Amino acid sequence: MRFSQTLESAYASKADLVLAALLAVAGIALIWLNQADGSHFTGGLLIAFAVFVTAYRINRRLAVIAVPYLWLLVFFLVPFIIVVKISLSDPAIAIPPYTPTLELSEGWTGLKSFFGDLDFENFEFLASDPLYYTAYLSSAKIAIISTAITLLVAFPIAYGMAKASEEWRPTLMMLVILPFWTSFLIRVYAWMGILGREGFLNSFLLWLGIIDDPLTMLNTNFAVYVGIVYTYLPFMILPIYATLEKLDVSLLEAAEDLGCTRTQGFWLVTLPLSMPGIIAGCFLVFIPVLGEFVIPSLLGGSDTLMIGKILYEEFFSNRDWPVASAVAVILLLILVVPIVLFQRNQQKQAEADQ
Amino acid sequence: MKKMSWFNLTSLTLGFAFLYIPMIILVIFSFNGGRNVAIWGGFSTKWYGELFHDEKFLDAAWVTLRVAFATATLSTVLGTITAYVLVRGGKFYGRTLFSGMTYAPLVMPDVILGLSLLLLFKAMFNQMGMLTIVLAHTTFAMCYVSVVVSSRLLTFDQSLEEAASDLGASAFDTFINVTLPNIAPAVISGWLLAFTLSLDDLVIASFTTGPGATTLPIEIFSEVRRGVKPQINALSTIMIAIVTVGVLIFSFSSKRRTLKRIADEQQAN
Amino acid sequence: MAELSKTPVVFAPWNDPNEKPLIQFKNVTKRFGDFTAIDNLTLDIYAKEFFALLGPSGCGKTTLMRMLAGFEMPSEGQILLGGQDIVKVPPNKRPVNMMFQSYALFPHLSVFDNIAFGLRRSDMPKDQIKDRVAEMLRLTRLEKFAKRKPHQISGGQRQRVALARSLAKAPKLLLLDEPLGALDKKLRNDTQFELMDIQEKTGTTFVIVTHDQEEAMTVASRIAVMDNGKLIQVDTPSGIYEEPNSVYVADFIGDVNIIEGNAKVVDGGIEIHYAEGAAPIHAKTDKHITDGQRVSYAIRPEKIAVTSEPMADRANHAHGTILDIGYLGHLSSYFVTLGNGQKVEASMTNSRRLSRRDFTWEDNVWLSWTDTAGVVLTE
Repeated sequence: MRFSQTLESAYASKADLVLAALLAVAGIALIWLNQADGSHFTGGLLIAFAVFVTAYRINRRLAVIAVPYLWLLVFFLVPFIIVVKISLSDPAIAIPPYTPTLELSEGWTGLKSFFGDLDFENFEFLASDPLYYTAYLSSAKIAIISTAITLLVAFPIAYGMAKASEEWRPTLMMLVILPFWTSFLIRVYAWMGILGREGFLNSFLLWLGIIDDPLTMLNTNFAVYVGIVYTYLPFMILPIYATLEKLDVSLLEAAEDLGCTRTQGFWLVTLPLSMPGIIAGCFLVFIPVLGEFVIPSLLGGSDTLMIGKILYEEFFSNRDWPVASAVAVILLLILVVPIVLFQRNQQKQAEADQ
Repeated sequence: MKKMSWFNLTSLTLGFAFLYIPMIILVIFSFNGGRNVAIWGGFSTKWYGELFHDEKFLDAAWVTLRVAFATATLSTVLGTITAYVLVRGGKFYGRTLFSGMTYAPLVMPDVILGLSLLLLFKAMFNQMGMLTIVLAHTTFAMCYVSVVVSSRLLTFDQSLEEAASDLGASAFDTFINVTLPNIAPAVISGWLLAFTLSLDDLVIASFTTGPGATTLPIEIFSEVRRGVKPQINALSTIMIAIVTVGVLIFSFSSKRRTLKRIADEQQAN
Repeated sequence: MAELSKTPVVFAPWNDPNEKPLIQFKNVTKRFGDFTAIDNLTLDIYAKEFFALLGPSGCGKTTLMRMLAGFEMPSEGQILLGGQDIVKVPPNKRPVNMMFQSYALFPHLSVFDNIAFGLRRSDMPKDQIKDRVAEMLRLTRLEKFAKRKPHQISGGQRQRVALARSLAKAPKLLLLDEPLGALDKKLRNDTQFELMDIQEKTGTTFVIVTHDQEEAMTVASRIAVMDNGKLIQVDTPSGIYEEPNSVYVADFIGDVNIIEGNAKVVDGGIEIHYAEGAAPIHAKTDKHITDGQRVSYAIRPEKIAVTSEPMADRANHAHGTILDIGYLGHLSSYFVTLGNGQKVEASMTNSRRLSRRDFTWEDNVWLSWTDTAGVVLTE
């Protein structure tokens, strides 16, 4: 008998409901006894599965939708709400290191005192300390400049790929994707060996006799820019290549037929039509770079201020959860606009493709 | 064959040189016998030897592989369901929120995801470890899987599903016996993508890890923070080699399948 | 047109008041948002019929078929199959199978497994499934291809696999959605006769959706001409062609000249006055026409003779000049301008070789036709 039929016959004989009941009992027992770490989680999982099996009987479609929906609600949306909540709390030397914590056992008064203790102190602190807003500004500056450089580097590559012969294109495409599958950390690390004071580039330039003393490149903003352009290049090339490849050659021929020069054809036809790819690529670089942590901490110097690095240090070195959360909330607010714009761009493109 | 213009040829050459030279240098210097990281001191494989005798790298590699395997499997299941719901689910309450939640993790900075999940896990678990890393990785990897599978589902002829239903198959039967075999290549790509994403991740893992759950990227990061280490070059070379071989096998086999298919079709007509 | 009934008894259950229809649409309406795809439609289809739904794209014929298959639910009304309402029955529980326009063959399954797919979802024992599939392969002459995958066979073979797959469960009703649309013209003609042959052998009721009027004329026992979600006419192919009930149907099926004019009732028929100074058209009709009523006169090109002198035995004559000649091989179309400016198309079979053709451009000719050659239409 086929797998699917086995499950269907279990469904038909209502064996599933018996199983669901057993799982639910087991889950409740696990939570009740609380013998090992994670027993709450395992118990919750069992109960969730039992609920799913039962829900599947009532409305199959909704039960199926609910699985990923609930997962994302619990692990994506709820955490943000917690971040916002903690950003409004005060730091404390305790576990967890903030107050107030919500004590549901105290009932209504607990809830009231909980909300009464929340305030915007951390945000006031962020506004008063120039470190934070210069870090936001400097992150934005680095993100904008590096997005622009990435675009300038990526466009000719994507253009060249789209103009290459049909048989070469899959290979070129693979060559662009390959670094993407390679560890991000390793790709950043590779530049440490190249840009260091005793690194490959300095040795090479000294050997050529172009310079007499090694240049300081590592731990500067220059290294950060190189690292960002290098690691994010595929994210820019791929969407631009996708739009350029779809571009109908006869459009350019028509433009030339109507009196355009090649260069005019590029500016008046190719570039406007590749705009959706360019926009998508810019968002794909800009948004994650704004919160980048690995590149500034490995390639950047002490004067490289990026908000991702600040957040990480605030959390791990200073153990100041409320301030780290406030930093995250502001970063999130800054990111909402580009993320929404990016989604609308993607949706428009998807509609145009249909 | 069309001749490439000088401009295109130059930009491609320079572009790919920029993409590949740093990694090639990294690979070459992993065989450097000298202590200095930029001066060639003769061919040697001693750093590989040191690497394989270092327990902490081996432990970290084992943790990472287990986490990546669990993440890839879990997020493939969840991501495929997500894609199916988004493409075939029709309208339902909160659809916009749902599709927003599946796209946002793709661009959300790692530090925010990591921090927010850490705060959640602190409330859920007494102690964090591999399980929490898997949960965190699954949350963003399933969104990537969903994107890959959605694009295949969109081009997949819906009349195949209707035909199955017309011939007496239930919705579940149709999904298992018709839809799944046809989107299998995308599901496999999704699994591989999720596996690599989990393998690569440093930031989210650092936030959600616990005692005894040090992953390879965490280990590498703490090693290289203070400078270049030859063992790490060796380790990087191994990782690059595995990925390169994997991608080459995958693309050659898919190319062979395509060629065979074209040959079959020509023969049929 | 092909009316290939071999049986001496005419197959016409729709004329038999005792016959129970297999399918009944009762006041069915289907709306998609603001758009009404099917508008209060009532229709009976009888067992063993080869029923064609014909109309331009967007007329609602596909929606009607998808409601039979169960992929769409009517917004209002009932659909009965063998007297039972099937509106709430899901597609996988209906004794109805469909052959899809794209064929929808499962690319991951062999020809054999494609045909067996439906049987494996019924409670048929394994060995019987094998026999049934073999029978289907024989019926569609696909024995040699059982192990091949869909992409390893030609378009015509794929079409036959799709047919075999949908027939395998011996459905009460088989739906065919533009079944020949993807084939080239020559293959399509052969396949039309094959379809009719299989329909006769299996005794299954076929409902076919098509936009190709020739295909519908060739295969169908009855045709329903649809427009804007409504049935315009339901009749046999010859009925639709020879006695269209409206200008729309006359125009949709084949070439036709439509001449508008005012009727005048005379002894043994009517006269249609269509232009100042032109002789009226003499026509016979069963319809009740009053004096001065505005009517359309529809006449097929092949019913009009082109000669150098008026033909004495025909009731209607008109004199004109040849404007254009379209040579179609087996026949030639003459586009003639009458004295009053009315353009008329007439066609003559080319029984002689081209070099000896009688008429050429700018020739003055006479058009003649009988008083029963055309149809008087009031809508």
